[in-house]
Amino acid sequence: MTATVRTADRLALQRGWSERPVWQTVRALLRRPSALVGLAVLVFWIGVALTVSFIVPFDPLVTDVTARLQPPSASHWFGTDDLGRDIFRRTLYGARISLPAGFLTVAGALAIGSVIGAIAGYAGGWVDTILMRLADMVLAFPSIVLAMAIAAALGPGLKNALIAIVVVLWPEYARLMRAQVLAVKTQEFVTAAESLGASRLRLFLVHILPNTQAPIVVKATLDVGAAIVLTAGLSFIGLGAVPPEPEWGAMIREGQRRFSQWWMATFPGLAIFSVVMALNFLGDGLRDALDPRRRRR
Amino acid sequence: MLGRFVLRRLIVTVPLLLGITLVTFTVSHLIPADPLMAILPERAANDPEIVRMYRERWGLDRSLPEQYLYYLRNLLRGDLGESYTSRRPVAQDLRERFPATVELALAAMLFAVTVGLVLGVVSAVWYERWIDHLARVIALVGVSLPVFWLGLLALQLFYANLRLLPGPGRIDPRLTAPPFRTGFYTIDSLLAGDFALFLNVLAHLVLPGMVLGSYAMGIIARMTRSALLDVLQADYIRTARAKGLAERRVVLGHALRNALIPTVTVIGLTFGSLLAGAVLTETIFAWPGIGRYAVDAAMKLDLPAVMGVTLLIAVVYVVINFVTDVLYGVLDPRIRVQ
Repeated sequence: MTATVRTADRLALQRGWSERPVWQTVRALLRRPSALVGLAVLVFWIGVALTVSFIVPFDPLVTDVTARLQPPSASHWFGTDDLGRDIFRRTLYGARISLPAGFLTVAGALAIGSVIGAIAGYAGGWVDTILMRLADMVLAFPSIVLAMAIAAALGPGLKNALIAIVVVLWPEYARLMRAQVLAVKTQEFVTAAESLGASRLRLFLVHILPNTQAPIVVKATLDVGAAIVLTAGLSFIGLGAVPPEPEWGAMIREGQRRFSQWWMATFPGLAIFSVVMALNFLGDGLRDALDPRRRRR
Repeated sequence: MLGRFVLRRLIVTVPLLLGITLVTFTVSHLIPADPLMAILPERAANDPEIVRMYRERWGLDRSLPEQYLYYLRNLLRGDLGESYTSRRPVAQDLRERFPATVELALAAMLFAVTVGLVLGVVSAVWYERWIDHLARVIALVGVSLPVFWLGLLALQLFYANLRLLPGPGRIDPRLTAPPFRTGFYTIDSLLAGDFALFLNVLAHLVLPGMVLGSYAMGIIARMTRSALLDVLQADYIRTARAKGLAERRVVLGHALRNALIPTVTVIGLTFGSLLAGAVLTETIFAWPGIGRYAVDAAMKLDLPAVMGVTLLIAVVYVVINFVTDVLYGVLDPRIRVQ
């Protein structure tokens, strides 16, 4: 019986690589100029985050009192802050904090939310009710407000801010995953595999889980941007990264105090904006590319 | 039919409100330090008798479930505890500041709905033309801009450099606030018959309103566009065109009315998020609402104040969701049956 199931799986995999849904999606994605721009900007920032310490050897914390509050110039492209630190380099170094913060929190929320949502959707009954009511309770709060309350209760600091963001984001993944599992588990190919004798675990891992990914991937892409903004927002109100760390939100906070030195807040903000915009372009493109009805539009 | 629908929604809403209190209670008890150390001055904290009295007063000597019941009982009496910093009841602080936040959120909503709807309709009607692309980019920029950064930029440009709009605050510092009646400066200034003050209040609402509304504007524009595009494909639209109706009537009279149904839900949901967005916007514009109060309190680890604001915003959020759901049911009878 199991052999029949395996053969069915293998048949599905034996289609040419160019016919596989993943490649169709990638091709559809690359046909969209806005998604390409988004991808390019994102790759640029990831490259910066990975290589900045080799390419621009510099300690973003070192101060130089002789170069305080200088406007943008040839020697300091983005100007300097009140301690004489170069804003351009600090903004580049900021990518090493803000990008991982966004990806890590979404990965954490996705992992926790998916597991809880999958259990709820697959188990049903009272397990489903309890888990989903728990998710509803958290979802009843606007994210920044609950994140602020949790971060304030845990105490200021980047780590606590990230924990707060994961706590705020997981329920949406749980609900989405649950809805996906519920929709997929009643489909005919799952019933077919079940009647061929596939175990519950196998049904779940091989037949249900791979078919729940598309909306979750789109959501995660869009959420990384939201998580970066949330982290920056918490740092901006003093509950996230603490000075002198070159986190973008914390840098904007320093810039707000020096209102007439416009460059101090402008450039780190531009960095956040470019990353979030890129992720939104990419997320929109992915959504269209994953939706066969929109693929041809 | 509608009555039963409202009742069904109400049955879901009440446990959710209880759930909210459970979350705020749990978060308040996350704090690693003893809250009494924050409430009491150092000398009093060293006096065991005073500490015991305080523990009794706040129910801190009871078990956690009992403390939760205490907390609920106090909430029902409108008692949100005392702020560690202002040394006043949190409920009183919130009552004074909430109108400022609502006034700002309403201004933001007005901007978001007007601009968002226009952009969405323009986008859908001129689908895939340059004006559609432009409107979509504007909507996407609105969704992508961090509100605290946009606020700073807007102040730099329109206040500091161009001097087109007034700076932070609800009115110019040289003016006196209107006598408190509703807490809404727009209404209070008119009730006081001070038209010059009214204009000043309006001018002060423009910049923070636009900044706070930018995100909702983007969401509403995107939602309207996609809803209208779907409706424009429908058979009855083809019929309307076939019988020779002007395109203007087809779009505004037939399509938009149905496309607006999902948009209404989004508008309802974004109003809740506007109250939340006020946390950051008010900080930038020195706006004396509950958002700035929460941020100041969070900085000083004044937990009762932070939790008061969190609870208030969450309750308003849930109530708005409830009203939106009911409104949705009124607009689209099919929803009621489901």
